Amino acid sequence: MRYESVIGLEIHAQLLTQSKLFCGCSTRFGSAPNTQTCPVCLGFPGVLPVFNRQVAELALKTALALHSDVPPFSLFARKNYFYPDLPKAYQISQYELPFARGGFIEIDLEKGGRKRICLTRIHLEEDAGKLIHGDGPDSVASFVDFNRTGVPLLEIVTEPDIRSPQEAKQFLQNLKAILTYLKVCDGNMEEGSLRCDANVSVRPCGQKTFGVKTEIKNMNSFRNVQKALEYEIDRQITMIEGGEDVIQETRLWDADKCLSFSMRTKEEAHDYRYFPEPDLIPVRIDGAWIEQTGRSLPELPEAKKSRLVKEYGISSYNAQVLTSSSDMADYFEECCRIIDKPQMVSNWIMVELLRELNRDNLDIASSPIKAKDLADMLKMMDDGLISGKIAKTVFTKMYKTGKKAAQIVQEENLTQITDQSELEKTIDNIIRENPGPVSDYREGKKKTLGFLIGQVMKASHGKANPELVNRILIKKLEDRQ
Amino acid sequence: MKITKKEVEYVADLACMEISEEEKEIFTRQLDSILSYMEKLNQLDTKDIEPTSHVLQTDNVFREDKVKPSLPQDEALANAPDKKNGFFRVPRVIEEN
Repeated sequence: MRYESVIGLEIHAQLLTQSKLFCGCSTRFGSAPNTQTCPVCLGFPGVLPVFNRQVAELALKTALALHSDVPPFSLFARKNYFYPDLPKAYQISQYELPFARGGFIEIDLEKGGRKRICLTRIHLEEDAGKLIHGDGPDSVASFVDFNRTGVPLLEIVTEPDIRSPQEAKQFLQNLKAILTYLKVCDGNMEEGSLRCDANVSVRPCGQKTFGVKTEIKNMNSFRNVQKALEYEIDRQITMIEGGEDVIQETRLWDADKCLSFSMRTKEEAHDYRYFPEPDLIPVRIDGAWIEQTGRSLPELPEAKKSRLVKEYGISSYNAQVLTSSSDMADYFEECCRIIDKPQMVSNWIMVELLRELNRDNLDIASSPIKAKDLADMLKMMDDGLISGKIAKTVFTKMYKTGKKAAQIVQEENLTQITDQSELEKTIDNIIRENPGPVSDYREGKKKTLGFLIGQVMKASHGKANPELVNRILIKKLEDRQ
Repeated sequence: MKITKKEVEYVADLACMEISEEEKEIFTRQLDSILSYMEKLNQLDTKDIEPTSHVLQTDNVFREDKVKPSLPQDEALANAPDKKNGFFRVPRVIEEN
């Protein structure tokens, strides 16, 4: 029997604020444990939360970019449960009146065409603390760090519209691109500032009702989301084919072992008894605010991609890669302002630069070669000052040392030899030293020309202008016939 | 009866409260009278009335996104029954798999 999978995602995006959602503690990542807390986020009695205006601004940007409806006002609610990472024993979240409803993201399908993944809702909530489970003599204990408690999160919930792990990955990549273009979230899945949980079920193709779903957590990279979903779909199909029932449960993905396991916790209650948060008043977003924020939205990935294809004549694939972050698109456009050869620029970025950056796990924003420096080097190549081969050498040195191309070329004497008399001397030597290939050429074996050009290039340490070598060599070989 | 003893036990359990048999009887009776009163309020026609979202007739009280000093680590941990290396130490909450 053939099965199809039904997937819905819940994404938590940490909003890029300086301070927490309801207090002035810093949101900085990686500080010593419990050094970014105060009576408000530690849930001491008698304290009151005060809403961070920037959170509303960032949430509104996101909602508008995702085509969601922003109702006139939204309310906070308490989600009540006991867990050591939650000092108040309730999480301030939104329930009946979320920040936004609806919306969608479009993805490109592998088989071609596009698909719209609809969103159910977008709401605000505070993050919980970080739990570390002890081992050895501490295996009976868990350790709590409340630095993250109260950090603003935007929860984005999709409809069960996703039909494959590949679609899920594509959705997440597009969402991440939008969030980072908007500068509302840094999109770092490894550090947990973008987190994804998935609800997964399978059903025989053609069946209308959904199968029993499981929830998968702890997938901290795009690749892991795809792998964890593939694993879960296989697991469920194997169970059904073996006559077993899929149990509704939460499972944790283990990226090292490449498998998921059932999450068993000692707190089993799932009755959250939501009620309106009496300590907070409604957040009202009026038409003027929406209009003002709407005007401030930057060009988003899809629009930028179409514009790059149209304006620079590059392929849709290249445009997709170059718009995966706004920094990369900016880099490309800055280069093109200096050297108007978009195809050449995109090839150098995508092949040479990304290879180095990916190897060193660097963002283009922290590239040792700045856009202007790459463009200047490409211009030297385009003007014939250095050969294509030398350009690659110069590029590698620029990347390693951060020096500019002109300096490297000068220091290492790499300027292309375009001086005809100097080249003629070298070519005469090569003709003298290679009587065999020379006579072969003169007897009609034109293929030996490549060998002779290679010898000249070698003798000039790659600095000879290949076109000039080609012309002079042919002339000399044919003249003596 | 608007509420049963069983529901009182369930709610107490969710709230991590241990209550005696005697208290269960008392709370059941008291909660029942509260819920009966609410039932009376429900008889009012509120069809055209917008639900109250908050008793204060105001909205959008914001603070600017500015970092303020946090508590020093030792103060944050001062009331913890157990701590280690700057962390709150609690009974293990996840089982070994």
